[in-house]
Amino acid sequence: MLTISHYLILSFILFSIGVAGVLLRRNIIIVLMSLELIFNSVNISLAAFSYYLQSLNGTIFVVFNITVAAAEVAIGLAILVSVYRTRKTVNVEDLDEMRY
Amino acid sequence: MEQLFFYIFALVAIVSAVLVVSVRNAVHSAFYLIICLLQVAAIFILLRSPFLAAVQVFIYVGAVMVLFLFAVMVLDIGREKTKDYIHSQWLPAVGVIIALLLVLGYLVKGGKLSAELGIYNEAVLAKNTEVIGKALFTQYIFPFEVVSLLLLVALVGAIVLVMKDKTRPRKNNGVGS
Amino acid sequence: MDIWALLIIPLVVSVFIALVARKNEELSSYVSIGAVITGFFIVLPYVLKLPGDPNMHPIEQAFTWIDIPGLKVEMGTLIDPLSIIMLFIVTFVGSLIHIYSRGYMHGDPGYSRFFACLSLFIFAMLGIVLSNNLIMIYIFWELVGLASYLLIGYYYEKPSAADAAKKAFLVNRIGDFGFILGIFVIFYATGTFNFIEIEQHIAAGHVSSGTLTLAALLIFCGAVGKSAQFPLHVWLPDAMEGPTPVSALIHAATMVAAGVYMLARTSFLYAAAPDAMVVVAYIGGFTALMAALMALGQKDIKRIIAFSTLSSLGYMVLAIGVGGTGAGMFYLATHAFFKALLFLGAGSVIHACHSNDIWEMGRLYPKMKATAVTFILGSLAMVGMFPFSGFWSKDEILSATFESGNYFLFAMGVLTAFITAVFMSKLVAVTFFGEKKYHGHPHESPYVMTVPLMILAVFAVIAGFAGFPGLEPNFGSFIHTAASGLLEHGGRGVHAEHRFNFMVASLSTVVVLGGLVLGWTIYSRKGMKSDVMEEALPFTYKLLENRFYIDHIYDTYLVGWLYNGMARILNYIEVNIIINFVINGMAYFTRQTGKGLRLTTTGQLQNYAFVMVGGVLVLMIIFAAIF
Repeated sequence: MLTISHYLILSFILFSIGVAGVLLRRNIIIVLMSLELIFNSVNISLAAFSYYLQSLNGTIFVVFNITVAAAEVAIGLAILVSVYRTRKTVNVEDLDEMRY
Repeated sequence: MEQLFFYIFALVAIVSAVLVVSVRNAVHSAFYLIICLLQVAAIFILLRSPFLAAVQVFIYVGAVMVLFLFAVMVLDIGREKTKDYIHSQWLPAVGVIIALLLVLGYLVKGGKLSAELGIYNEAVLAKNTEVIGKALFTQYIFPFEVVSLLLLVALVGAIVLVMKDKTRPRKNNGVGS
Repeated sequence: MDIWALLIIPLVVSVFIALVARKNEELSSYVSIGAVITGFFIVLPYVLKLPGDPNMHPIEQAFTWIDIPGLKVEMGTLIDPLSIIMLFIVTFVGSLIHIYSRGYMHGDPGYSRFFACLSLFIFAMLGIVLSNNLIMIYIFWELVGLASYLLIGYYYEKPSAADAAKKAFLVNRIGDFGFILGIFVIFYATGTFNFIEIEQHIAAGHVSSGTLTLAALLIFCGAVGKSAQFPLHVWLPDAMEGPTPVSALIHAATMVAAGVYMLARTSFLYAAAPDAMVVVAYIGGFTALMAALMALGQKDIKRIIAFSTLSSLGYMVLAIGVGGTGAGMFYLATHAFFKALLFLGAGSVIHACHSNDIWEMGRLYPKMKATAVTFILGSLAMVGMFPFSGFWSKDEILSATFESGNYFLFAMGVLTAFITAVFMSKLVAVTFFGEKKYHGHPHESPYVMTVPLMILAVFAVIAGFAGFPGLEPNFGSFIHTAASGLLEHGGRGVHAEHRFNFMVASLSTVVVLGGLVLGWTIYSRKGMKSDVMEEALPFTYKLLENRFYIDHIYDTYLVGWLYNGMARILNYIEVNIIINFVINGMAYFTRQTGKGLRLTTTGQLQNYAFVMVGGVLVLMIIFAAIF
């Protein structure tokens, strides 16, 4: 029998992997992909809550989440493209103009 | 039977997620991410949400991942030298992530995450798409409109950001000729 | 309400001159003179009513200024014979000095400023006289201090004048410190500041005699500062640095009289504290004798008169100390006339000779008859020659002292009278007669200066008859009313009215005559270039000339050691602890903290993300711990 815990644990594992990608990778595109992973893990837990608690709110939230994620990716990639055009790099560690 | 499928999907999702963050080539990474997202769509079906699964496939696998691949190809960064692809703060970051996992496991294991049951029983949720559609266009009509506006803004913003370069050469040409 | 106008007009005029009429000298002087003369005419009806109603009931008008639980402070006026007489002196002498100043200060660059300060001074002085409570009197007391500071330092570009002003202010501050402590003691003991209520408390015996003595002595400190008694007398001779009308105003009618007036106002307190009275009497007697001796050794005409003022003030304080409040106030009144006359006369002489040194004058009598005659009349009143005003008032003090049984103080008083006669005859003889030693062509002063002299001379001669023994009611009986109590409980220990003591009167007359003859015979000899005493008694003369070296001692020990030492310690504390440690330390700490913290702004996006995740982790641990 599947319980909510199964889904939550899956969600948390995916979340942690996504955080690891954000914190560890230098390639800015992969950082953005890791962000998508985090989004998806959250979506899983929302959908799981929605199912197990017999509430529609979680499902609706996932719909909005996906929309916002799409917008975010569009803007993020646009920024990435313009950054790459001026700086010729996708290494996050090189983008440190706003330091002391 | 359902449990078996869950474990398969979960295992594939986790493995592909690990590969997303660990492989060096961004194109490979993008493909692993597609696999992972498909597994998530399958999980949605297990959660009796075929609508979400469909949206997941259309938007994520269809639109978003194509955007990613498109960006990778256009910028030609797939084969970038990735000698030091791990960020220099890796040691403390790994520590924090492990701690995070432990705390999350503790919370889940203790069954601390619960709330009262809602009104949508299994029979209602069976008509998944219809129910969601009704809710979206009645109860959630205002946030729905806000999100659509947000999408529009994102669209315009993305175009403006990428277009920016186009004006410069024209100016230069004017000065040159 | 007219009483409030009395207070408000000089203040308004002062502000008006300072803000509006500053550039218009004529207007300033007229407005200022007008204000004080208006004040005089407001007071006049009260004065004229006084002889018919010597036991008048005090009129008190007050409104509440501060009212919080446990503390109630009023602003109010108290009109009784004591304050009426004082108001009369202040406004009358003040008016004459204002008019005289118009001539004396003519052409001075700070003309308007001078009159603004004069009006401020009159305002403050009237405030002291009218006050019905201790807090108000203290406020105006300080205002008088401020005004005197401004006036003494009128020639502020002259270092000696600036120093003298500072000295007057600081020395007064020492006395005022005691004064306010005394006010606190009284408030602690009685719970009120109002004179009438304090007197009720004391009369009802609510206050222990020890507390009363302490309060009386502390309040006397204020009088010691303001009325220049030993040991705080040092500021008064230096205050001569101000313009001469200021000297007349400060020494004759107002500032120094404020201390004596305040003692008279609180005489019910001294009546209940006999121990304090003894101190008061001895300090007064000692000051009188010491100042008279000092006057012998001076050359500057204004300084001689200044020391004579010190001596007179000593007399007044002595009178109050032996319980003769009426005598003291009587002397204050007559003294106001003849001392103002002497100062203004001296100003007239200085105006003519452009010198303060009496040994550079001589034989001025034929040149300036009006000044000389009025000056001589003033001198005779000052030494207490029959039948001038000084005779009656001085005699009352001497008989009060004699009757109180303090024969030592009585002897001091008589000796003071003798020395006063000597130096006043010396002053007159050397200045107006004797050898001609002046330079240039001295001439008589204009009428705007001589007419006030004449008016004052008339009063200096006849004012004494207010205390004429045959007259009933005479001066003493008014003050008797005031001193024996705002309430009719009868003065305990204050015997304000003294019968004319023929023995004392004849003794003092003989002594004064002797002094005059001695001074005249020594100093009217021909061909004298400087003081014979300098050759005959060089050591004594040196001692007197340097005022017993009291100023010297203060300079060396108080200023030299205490003041400079404290300055050095405070400087050390400021430089090393406050600036180096606190201020620079704070700056250093801030800078170092900033230097450390700016390292966290790495510009690395993932560093920030890492910190954020760490924060989430902490929140989740807290969450896990709570649920």
